[in-house]
Amino acid sequence: MFDRGISSGFQSDETAACSGDAALLSVSGLVFEIAGKTLLQIQSLDIPAGGTTVIMGPNGAGKSLLLRLMHGLLPASQGSIRMTGKPLTAALCRRQAMVFQSPVILRRSVRANVEFALAANGVPWRSRRKRALEVLSATGLGNKAKQAARSLSGGEQQKLAVVRALATEPEILFLDEPTSNLDPASVLAIERLLRAASAAGTKVVLVTHDLGQARRLGDEVLFLHRGQVVEQTPMKRFVDAPVSTEAAAYVSGELLV
Amino acid sequence: MADFAGAFLQSLGLIFGGDAELWAIVAISLKVSLTAVAFACLIGMPIGAWIAVGRFRGRRGLIVAVNALMGLPPVVVGLVVYLMLSNSGPLGVLQLLYTPSAMILAQFILVTPIVAALTRQVVETLNDEYADQLRSLGVSRLRSVPALLWDGRFALTTAVLAGFGRAIAEVGAVMIVGGNINHVTRVMTTTIALETSKGNLSLALALGTILILMAFTVNAAVALLDSASRRVIHV
Repeated sequence: MFDRGISSGFQSDETAACSGDAALLSVSGLVFEIAGKTLLQIQSLDIPAGGTTVIMGPNGAGKSLLLRLMHGLLPASQGSIRMTGKPLTAALCRRQAMVFQSPVILRRSVRANVEFALAANGVPWRSRRKRALEVLSATGLGNKAKQAARSLSGGEQQKLAVVRALATEPEILFLDEPTSNLDPASVLAIERLLRAASAAGTKVVLVTHDLGQARRLGDEVLFLHRGQVVEQTPMKRFVDAPVSTEAAAYVSGELLV
Repeated sequence: MADFAGAFLQSLGLIFGGDAELWAIVAISLKVSLTAVAFACLIGMPIGAWIAVGRFRGRRGLIVAVNALMGLPPVVVGLVVYLMLSNSGPLGVLQLLYTPSAMILAQFILVTPIVAALTRQVVETLNDEYADQLRSLGVSRLRSVPALLWDGRFALTTAVLAGFGRAIAEVGAVMIVGGNINHVTRVMTTTIALETSKGNLSLALALGTILILMAFTVNAAVALLDSASRRVIHV
């Protein structure tokens, strides 16, 4: 469905590095503070290339904050974030994409939404429309290409947000609770997209509270609690035998605050 | 009362009879005001959008200043433009005083802050919603301006129409810098003032009726655009 090699335009030795076993994202000594209060503190964290990493934890654990820091939307108070071994720069951030909990849909047609993302990514205008229509057709939104994007249902809008993000063929796709307010059919449609993207080589980093979704999609889990990484472990082990007491409580359905 | 009724009936005759002088005045008014609004949009919209998305020292003060300039007294603007364009003024060499160009300049000064302030409000609201997504897509603040202006196009039409409403109904500035010269700089508002003082109520009433109809049309257009925007792009 998504072929990152077709028109990404930035295939280089850096991309080659992403496909190996080396960490795609490395976080070191990361601290994020607001008004003297530390909201996130991560000594060391490596997110591997390939597959899907699920970030879980109770509200206020710092999941969305970590996503925003890794995507360059927020500056860290201290520490560093590296992508493919290099400090995170604007150019590297453009090789990532993010989908927010509430989809931000531009006030234009479905096709124009995708075209805008392609334009922002430097795709020449001659090939934008063709590429947008290809992506929309491949994801079942082709018959809605001319429709006003904001007239789509909530589920379709979130699907469009995912498709728009994937149209730019990112190396990393961050998703912040993308299906939290959607019906099962819409959740299924989005999970299919994420599986296809992951299979095509895009690294998926997903924040979710839904343990079922985490099991369906995740290869590994990053469990955060009170701004710290409590556990980073393969999905099966996280579900079957979590190491930390916090993760164990979370998995067993206890209220963790 | 009978005089007024008679004058009103005569004014309707002028309007529907296609009186050449009346419609020539309307044409000059539209030409001057539409040109002024067009220039005001060209300058005011980018300025408003820049203030909306920019993060710089003095931004708050600039917003207050632009908002305050929305209430510029037309006669003061007329006086300043007159002094600048008069023979002894810095722009006197252009010989623009008592020409439609001078009137366009005066109306441009009056309308630009209105367009800029309303654009700032529209774009800032939109930017609050879009900012993270645009940054995620790698769009810089400067490059986000055209996208924000385009996505706010229906709301911005209200700014344009508000500016036009101010320009077409303005009398003080155009009277001073235009001189109310027949067939050259005589517009609806200055004609109404002149003809009323002369006791020629029928022409004044005819122009007043057209002016009021324009005000209704502008407001109806705003309402229609609002509902159209909800229907077409689901704001």
